[in-house]
Formats: sequence, structure tokens, C-alpha cells
Amino acid sequence: MIEREYDVVIVGSGAGGGTVAQELAPLVKDGVRVLLLEQGPRLGDDEFTGREVEMADALYEDGGGFLTADGTMTLAFGRVFGGSTVVYTGTSLVAPERVIRGWNVPDLAHTDVARRSAKFAEQNNVHLFTPDLINDNNRLFVEGCGKAGYRAEQFPLNVKGCKGSSLCNLGCPNAAKMGTHRIQLPGAQSQGVQMVTRAEVLKIGERSLSVVVRAKKEGEKGAESEWAPGEYHVRTKLIVVAGGAVGSPALLLRSGFGTRLPALGAGFTCHPAHILVAEHERPITNDVGHPKSYYVDRAAEEGYVLETCMYFPFTTAKNLTGFGPAHSALMRAFPRLQMILVLACDKAVPHNRVTVDLDGKAVVRYRFTPETVEAMVRATRASARIFFAAGALRVHAPSADPPLIERRDAARLDELIAARHFLAGKVSVSAAHLMGGCAMGGGGDATASVTDAWGRVHGLPWLRVADASLFPDSLKINPYLTIMALADRVAERIRSEARDLLGAGAGAA
Amino acid sequence: MLRALAEAFVPESAALDEGGWAEAEAIVERFLATRPAAVRRQLRLLIRLLDLLPLLRYGRRFRSLDATRRLRVLEAAQNAPMLLLRRGIWGLRTLAFMAYYERPEAAAEIGYRATARGWAARR
Repeated sequence: MIEREYDVVIVGSGAGGGTVAQELAPLVKDGVRVLLLEQGPRLGDDEFTGREVEMADALYEDGGGFLTADGTMTLAFGRVFGGSTVVYTGTSLVAPERVIRGWNVPDLAHTDVARRSAKFAEQNNVHLFTPDLINDNNRLFVEGCGKAGYRAEQFPLNVKGCKGSSLCNLGCPNAAKMGTHRIQLPGAQSQGVQMVTRAEVLKIGERSLSVVVRAKKEGEKGAESEWAPGEYHVRTKLIVVAGGAVGSPALLLRSGFGTRLPALGAGFTCHPAHILVAEHERPITNDVGHPKSYYVDRAAEEGYVLETCMYFPFTTAKNLTGFGPAHSALMRAFPRLQMILVLACDKAVPHNRVTVDLDGKAVVRYRFTPETVEAMVRATRASARIFFAAGALRVHAPSADPPLIERRDAARLDELIAARHFLAGKVSVSAAHLMGGCAMGGGGDATASVTDAWGRVHGLPWLRVADASLFPDSLKINPYLTIMALADRVAERIRSEARDLLGAGAGAA
Repeated sequence: MLRALAEAFVPESAALDEGGWAEAEAIVERFLATRPAAVRRQLRLLIRLLDLLPLLRYGRRFRSLDATRRLRVLEAAQNAPMLLLRRGIWGLRTLAFMAYYERPEAAAEIGYRATARGWAARR
């Protein structure tokens, strides 16, 4: 066991960890030793090949196929330097006021979240694309929305020099996406924050961490770890956990904090999603250009959000219901396919939570509530209306049996698309916006929450959380800017407490 | 049996030559190598079960059925009341799609053309 000592250790390098690293970096010049540990590898720019399975293996936990305990939904989250900010599409939305108000976290105001989100939007070059960069897949969505009576809004995106590869979810091959691996982490590193990849935190103890650094396997992408492979015991004054909504609660649970923090792991939410596909008569530009330029937000009224999307052959094949000749025919229509991602907005319920198995591995227990299924059905019907309004010949709807709906049946969508056809285990459901598990709350009540509004774990002043696991309920939109805003608050509070937490001189600058 | 299943899920795979099959099988093997041993055991068990299941209805094993009957067996299984069986079919079809569509030749066949060059390659 190799011993190391730091003042602050950040676990995770995504939107939360990357932000905390950047915001604590100025402490380094006061002599504060800051370390960031990332479980995944650091990829070189030339390693983003756009090949689907190869990149998914390199960038995602379980290759993007992390299954919930009952096997009915896959969860996609990054396991790479930069976390999920390497694999998202860069959609940058500010949390809705109604959602932050609904969270009812004392000391957390929407104005504060919005102000901090704006700071990171500017830092990450968030802007709207000009019309010449919008492809047919997105244009048809806007056109269909207009005709079908839905309000399409344009996504602000955090890209610089986007070439329109459409490969965002496989990591941008042109280094155009401004994730933490491009902005916050290099900035923090240049100020002296030490970063170690391929470093998995096995357990957290009283102001210490057990870490295993793994060697790069033959054929694996990414650089070797900055530390020699082996087991490390890292002593520190402060630990900031930012391993995401699955990783953070799992780490704290396997570290034995579940007894003193009964709310740990509870309140896991996500946006269960279907990929919907429609076939047009003529080829459209779909696999070129940014894939996710527009959305329809019906979360408040109907419990769903629709987003444009375009996926790769295997992901598309996997997400269509069924197999055989009908499935193949749709795949062969690829150049004529329009796609919409439907996301249901679930709610925190007692049975959906993160736990760990006997080996300490994360297990996500998730069951679709009838309300979530109904929201997916409503979203699917709305998407089908938009597709047909945009001129589609036929629509593939997972919650229909058979799933293929012809234009002549467009008037019967309410009848054809129904919750009774949502057969868990048969229909493909995936989720990428994972939230909760270390919920913040007020009053230091460990039965209802894990941290206060500043990410301080109840009763453990040396332990903080700074990622989407803080969300006490669903955000109901794409979360990364909100994660950065909350992580910014966590870092700000650490800076203000630095003298007490880290010793004399810390934070003096 | 594996090829019989793959051909039922993706009929085009029947046209693969030995090189194509080798590439497809290597993709699945690489993926399965990273899965827990228990998952690999369950898959083997499921494949065996699916091979034997048609004996009850058709008096033949899955691998000996024609394409239409193979499809019927798999469709019945994916709509089965047992979640475990539905999940199993979902998993097998996912492997078949991965094996077939991860090959660059398949992407070209279906007209998928995304490249890092993006718009520059199209305009």
C-alpha cells in the first residue's frame, strides 16, 4: 500500500468534479495540495474514431449498457477523463425556476443557480447555431412542430469549431465540444491541481481514501495513469465526491455511510427515453450536422421533453422494437430516417434508488411508475404527430403493437400508441440524465437528505458532494449546466471555509 | 445455433461470408469478455433453452426450423409473460445487432455515412 497525502481530494472529473477542480485551483498557490482522481482513462484527440462500439467501450461505464437491477433500462454515463461531458451533445439549458422552487431546498434560490449557469455558459462558449448549420433532421422537427401545434425551441450548445460530424455521443472527433476535459480540467491542471486517471476510489474512510490505480490493458484507449499501478492510501483534510448519480451514492454506501445517512441512495431519478424513428420518402441530411439542435419542453404540462437526435447504426438497431425483416427494412432506410428522443420526467419515489451489491458494485433499482409510462406514451404520440406533420411515411413507435404505424393510420395515434404495449424488457428504454442519490436538503435531517444546500454531508464537515446526485428530484431538462452551478456553490463554500478546513494560509488569496 | 439466431434477428447476416462471420463473432467475443461470468453463463443457458423450446410445438430444435418458424419462436419469447425471458431475448438481439451493425460494411450497406469531416464531406 502506497501512502499519499493531500489537502483536498476530488473524486470524479465530469461536470461536478471538473468545476470544483477549476474553482479550487487558485488555492494551490497558497500551498493547498489538490488532487483529482478519475476512474476512466484520458484519451488523446486522435483516439476519437467515431466507431460506435469501440468508442462506447472506451468512454462509457459498461460500454453504455449499464443495466438497472431488473434489466429493463440501460443507463449511459461517462467513465473517462471529463466524465459525461465528453459524451453529451453539449446542450446547455438553465434549470427552470419552477423546478428549483419545487425542490424546496432552503438556501437554494433559482436566481443563484441561473447566475452561476450563465457564468459556465459563457466559459463554455454556449451559443445558438446559425441556420446554415442545421440539418434536415432538425429542420423537419421544427416544421412538424409548427404544423402539429408544438413549440420547438433551439438548444444553446457549448461547441467551438463544430464541423458537424454528428458523432457527439461518441466523443467529438474534432475537439469541438467544450466539456470539462477541454475547459475546466486543463485550466485547473495548469494552476497545479494534480490529476490521476485510471484511479478508482474503493472506499472513503475518516479523511482518507483507498484507491486502486489500474494499468492500461493491451489494446485499450487512453494514456497510462499518472501514478504507477497499485493500491494507494490517500490521507486528506477534505474529500469532494463527484462520481455522478450512480457512482457517488455507491461509493458512500460501500464506504459504510448508509447507517448514519439513511437517505443515501434514495431519490434516484432519470429521464427514461425512447428513440423514435420515422421514414421519409426521400433522403434527408441526418448523419451530418449537430444531432440535437431543437427540443419541445412539455415537462410542466405533460411530463415529457422531446429532443431531436440522430444515433449510430447499432444504437438505432438496438432501440427499435423487434427484429427480423421488418426491423431490417427500417435500418435499410437509414438515409431517410428522422429521429426524435422522447424523455419522460419521472419523480423521486421510494423504490427507485442506488444500492450496492456484496462486492460494493453499484446497483440501480428502478421500476417504471404508471405515471412515467403514461408520460412516455404521451410523448410518443406527440412525436408521431410531429413526424407525420413533417411528411413522414411511417413512424416506429415502441409503445405500439405492431410498432410501425403507417401514414394512413395517423388519425388513430391515441388508439395505436398505448401504455398496454409498453412491455418492460421488450421495449428498449435508456436514460442518460441520471440524478439524485445524495440529495441535498435543509435542517441537517439525515433521514430526508444527505447534504445541505452547499453539498456538505450531514455531520461530516470533511466530506462534500458536488454532482447530479445532489438533485433532490428530477431536473426535467438536460442537467450539465445545473450540475456545474451546484458544484460552483460547493467550491465557493469550501473556499470560504478553507482556513478552518485546510489550515492557516489556505484561501488567503 | 448462434448463427441461426443471428440470421433470425438480422436476416442479412445469412449472406455473410466466413470473413464477415469471423468479424461479427469477434465483436461479440470482445464485448462478452468484459461481462461478468454470470452473464455469460446465463446467455449460454438461454441459447440452449431457445434451441430446445420449439421441440414442444414443432418437434424440431430451433436450428432446424425454417426462417418463418424461427421468427415466430423469438416473437413469442419477446412477448412472454416472464420478464426474464423477454430480457433474455432483448439481450440476444442486442448482441446480434452489435455483431452485424458495428461492421463498417454494414454501416455502408444501410447508407450510414457519418465521418469526422462532417459537413465538409457533403458540401
